[in-house]
Amino acid sequence: MTELRYLAPDTLDEAVGAFAKAGSAARILAGGTDLLVQMRSGVLKPGVIVDIKKIPELTAIEQTADGGFRIGAAVSGMALAEHRNFGKVWPGVLEAVNLIGSKQVQGRASAGGNLCNGSPAGDSVPAMVAAGAIVTVQGPDGRREMKVEDVPAGPGRTNLKPGEILVSFTLPQRPPGSSDAYLRMIPRTEMDIAVVGCGVSLTVKDGIVTSARVGLGAVAPTVLLVEDAAKALIGSKLDDAALAKAASACSAACRPIDDKRGTIAYRIKVAGVLLKRTAAIAAQRATGK
Amino acid sequence: MAKVHVTTTINGEPMEFLCEPSDTMLDALRGPLGLTGSKEGCASGDCGACSITIDDRLVCSCLMLAVESEGHEIRTIEGLAQGERLHPLQQKFLEMAALQCGICTSGMLVASDALLKKNPDPSEEEVRFWLAGNLCRCTGYDKIVRAVMETAAEMRAH
Repeated sequence: MTELRYLAPDTLDEAVGAFAKAGSAARILAGGTDLLVQMRSGVLKPGVIVDIKKIPELTAIEQTADGGFRIGAAVSGMALAEHRNFGKVWPGVLEAVNLIGSKQVQGRASAGGNLCNGSPAGDSVPAMVAAGAIVTVQGPDGRREMKVEDVPAGPGRTNLKPGEILVSFTLPQRPPGSSDAYLRMIPRTEMDIAVVGCGVSLTVKDGIVTSARVGLGAVAPTVLLVEDAAKALIGSKLDDAALAKAASACSAACRPIDDKRGTIAYRIKVAGVLLKRTAAIAAQRATGK
Repeated sequence: MAKVHVTTTINGEPMEFLCEPSDTMLDALRGPLGLTGSKEGCASGDCGACSITIDDRLVCSCLMLAVESEGHEIRTIEGLAQGERLHPLQQKFLEMAALQCGICTSGMLVASDALLKKNPDPSEEEVRFWLAGNLCRCTGYDKIVRAVMETAAEMRAH
């Protein structure tokens, strides 16, 4: 058995160097709530662990000059909940992040880890997709930005290149009348994995939806951006016809599996139901009604 | 294998220990540190029996590497009582029989203490959601929740 080495660099350059050098034997440690379980069960035997929590940029929450947010990839859900402004601007992203596991898990688990773990059912991912988050990644060839929806490649896989580390999420500034929401269907009331997850972000002006984005989770090999659902909402007053059209678009986008949590038919139906409910909550928050 | 030397603070006391890089904080607590109050239930972050705080943040010690405690402040169930004087939560758990087999109890106490520090006046619903990550295999949840509510009320009155 090869020996495990633990590294906790203070700078991103050092982390990228160590991560790239160790190749496929290396794993990034943020909250560790997936990694340690995988190590314990023997699924993973990393040779090097690079702990990124000593790098200030990866644990910072910044409100940018234009009113957007930059969230370090290793920021825990609990730290995000304690930020004085974030939950007011992005209540849907926050409620999604804080549906991940117990309070103990929320004290450690990060949106960055949730995205890089590559689960199609990760709760924060559909909300981040709906929010139009852009991620910054850094690797041996420098920095680049990606749309959050372009990160997952399939269950347990991402489109990050070898040696690249997820650095942060950037959420855009919001025009007045904007809000978001996230709902997931689980058979319990707490502590479960989504059967379907739905994130909706929208802007309402004079009763009309002027922009919208919809993210769907747990219904395909990756979290989906459902552009047809957003198109059905934009220009509408969120009337029954528009909601029905958006719900159909969500159902049509589903390519789910049958498993112990839900059947294909059930997931397809619930995706539409959740879209209607989530859009209603986002609109209520956006208009203050 | 080369052991790693870790310097940390546990229940207010500076501590040093040696561990393997892959050891969890729970392994270190129950092994070299001899603090066996934190229990191993599931070892996968589901049951909360190993709950501790790091820099006042409630976590499962089975989901944290021991080496990550370097330079941080750890609190465990052993730090809850002040000498012989039980913490009000411990006293109330005894009085209201909020435990049966006891394996979940230290995790329940550590998690409840973290809740009351953050929110001294939680609703029953807030207590239940906060403790959703602490499983009681005897299913004695009602007594536990009542004991936490009662302790909170008494602590507010003092």
